[in-house]
Amino acid sequence: MGEVIVITSGKGGVGKTTATANIGAGLAKLGKKVVVVDADIGLRNLDVVLGLENRIVYDIVDIVNKVCRLKQGLIKDKRYEGLFLLPAAQTKDKTAVSPKQMQQLCNDLKEHFDYVIVDSPAGIEQGFQNAIAGANRAIVITTPEISAVRDADRIIGLLEAKGLHDPLLIINRIRQEMVKRGDMMNIEDMIDILAIDLLGVIPDDEAIVISTNKGEPVVSDEVALSGQAFRNITKRILGEEVPLMDLDVDETILTKLRKLIFGK
Amino acid sequence: MAFLKSSNKNESNSKNVAKERLKLVLIHDRAHVSSRFLDMIKGDIIRVISDYVEIDEEGLDIKFTRTRRESDDTPVPALIANIPIIKMKDRMMD
Repeated sequence: MGEVIVITSGKGGVGKTTATANIGAGLAKLGKKVVVVDADIGLRNLDVVLGLENRIVYDIVDIVNKVCRLKQGLIKDKRYEGLFLLPAAQTKDKTAVSPKQMQQLCNDLKEHFDYVIVDSPAGIEQGFQNAIAGANRAIVITTPEISAVRDADRIIGLLEAKGLHDPLLIINRIRQEMVKRGDMMNIEDMIDILAIDLLGVIPDDEAIVISTNKGEPVVSDEVALSGQAFRNITKRILGEEVPLMDLDVDETILTKLRKLIFGK
Repeated sequence: MAFLKSSNKNESNSKNVAKERLKLVLIHDRAHVSSRFLDMIKGDIIRVISDYVEIDEEGLDIKFTRTRRESDDTPVPALIANIPIIKMKDRMMD
C-alpha cells in the first residue's frame, strides 16, 4: 500500500507543479513506482512541465466518471521507469470532481503505486479541498516573500484542521546573495515563523526555467544546484538523512569566474 | 562601498522589515481577528470608560500586536489600546 502526498502552497506561482514533477521523477529514479496527479482541473500544467502534453488521451474527470479504466487514463513516462502521470481535465472546472471521488481515486491509486503525488491548485477553495482529500502527508511550498509565507501559514492551519498534521516545508527560489545582504528572509526566519519541519531548500536557478522550457525535470540535471536540491528532497522523503546543501557553492563559483574574467 | 556594507548590518534590512510585518499580519490571521471584532472591543471599551472619564473617541487607537513577555522575552500577542483622556468626570469627585 502506497502513500499519498499532496503538494500545496495557497499562493500561486511558487513552484507546486515544478516540485511535483521533480519529486515524482526523483522518486522514480530511485526505483519507486510513482504516479503524479494533476488536481488543477481547468488549469492543467503538470503535463507540460513533464513534457507529456502530446500523449494525453483521458484525464482525471474521465477516470472519476468511469469513461475509461484507471490504467487507461495513466500516461507512462518513457524516460523514467515507474513514473506515470494522471492529467487534469482542461475543459471542466474544479467542481467536476468531489472530495469524496478524489479520496476514492487516491485509495485506488495507492494499491498500485508506492507514491501518489498530488499537485494542488492555488487557493483554498474546492480545488484545494479535493487535492488534500485523499492525502496521508502534505508538503507545503513557499518562496521567501511575505505574501507566499503568509499564505503558507494559512494553508498549514487548514491542513491541520483537516487532520493532516506535521506538514513539511519546501522553501523555493532562495537567492543566497540577497539573503547575505539582508534583503531576503533566510531559512531560519521562515521556519521560525511557520513552525514546521523543513524538507528542503531550492535555490533560484535558471536551470529550472530551461528544464521547464524543454519539458525535462531538472532533477536529472547533474550539474544544476536545483537538480541536486530536488535529489536531496526525494531522498529525505524516503527517510534518508541528507544535510542541507551549501547554497554558497554557486556564488563562489560565480565569484571565482567573475574574478577570472573581470579580474575583480 | 564600505559604508554600504555596514549599513546593511543594521535593523533596517528589508528582510527584517518583512519579518516584522509578517509576524504582525499572522497574529491577525491566526487569531481570526477581523476589523469588526476590533470595532466591537473598541465600542465596549469606550462605553465602560466613558462612565468615569471623558475620552477623545476620535483619537482612540486599538490594535492587535506582538510584544515580549517580561519573564522570558518570548514574543506574545498583545492588545494595545491608546485612549486619550480629555478630563475626569465629576462623579469621580464625589
